[in-house]
Amino acid sequence: MTAPLAIDGQAAPPRINGELVFAEPWESRAFGMAVSLYESGMFDWLQFRAALIARIGAWENGHPEGECWNYYQHWLGALEDVLAVDGTVFTDEVTDRAKALAGRPAGYDHGDHDHPHDHGH
Amino acid sequence: MSTAEPSGRISPALRTEALEQLLTERSLVDPTVMDKFISTYETSVGPLNGAKVVAKAWTDAEYKRRLLADGTAAIKELGFSGPQGEHIVVVENTTDRHNVVVCTLCSCYPWPVLGLPPSWYKDPAYRARVVKEPRRVLAEMGLDLPADVEIVVRDSSSEVRWLVLPERPAGTDDLSEEQLVGLVTRDAMVGVAKVHGPGTEAA
Repeated sequence: MTAPLAIDGQAAPPRINGELVFAEPWESRAFGMAVSLYESGMFDWLQFRAALIARIGAWENGHPEGECWNYYQHWLGALEDVLAVDGTVFTDEVTDRAKALAGRPAGYDHGDHDHPHDHGH
Repeated sequence: MSTAEPSGRISPALRTEALEQLLTERSLVDPTVMDKFISTYETSVGPLNGAKVVAKAWTDAEYKRRLLADGTAAIKELGFSGPQGEHIVVVENTTDRHNVVVCTLCSCYPWPVLGLPPSWYKDPAYRARVVKEPRRVLAEMGLDLPADVEIVVRDSSSEVRWLVLPERPAGTDDLSEEQLVGLVTRDAMVGVAKVHGPGTEAA
């Protein structure tokens, strides 16, 4: 079973030369979580895709000035939306946990630094 | 890397990490299984360009004719070209003839259509053995071909880069070109695997 990723249009993940590209490690984790949950039958791909399209549409209708387009930001938002519907993981739980993680001492290695990557943007 | 946006909003990197922790604690995802999915999608689902070429050839007989006659030109029609994309020759796998690609000298590879070559393609053992005992090497890679299927080993070079047009799997008559694209893997276009229909697992 393979998730039917969109091939063209805004709902399609970014690719270079036909291959998936992740600009930062978190993007590949967000991708992996959604695919992993789909493969284990947690949700239907059409449901996820609808949530993704809704997120993209909402961003296009209005986003903070200066905020750049980031595909996986919407992918993550869609994943959170789908998981919150039936209470698998509530949005507040993610927010609380993320705030706790943000409170770690500066320089704490939280996995992002295992892989060399471009910090330029 | 800053952990929060200047506006005070939480960065997606942190939200992702938080979500992964919560899902892992609830046994809904396994980080090591995720790693495997990520690499599978990056590598075998990756060569979308080649998959588009194959799906078009399966659904458009006239395009297929052009593709087999002049691979480079037909591939360029779809907008795919670039370094190492010159001199692509497409060969068709059929029920009685199976083509498999190797580059014995280096690692010539049609990357505009297939992306980056997989590590085994560059492995000296694969390069040497597939020429001598292709049937055994393919079987080791999970592709058991009947004894009456002829195997042709195609050696890529700077003059000719081979691309395999795999057989269209049975039971896919109702699928659209876009749906077919999703079935085609890199390994099938190198000739070390077959394309499987939806719902059937690779051997």
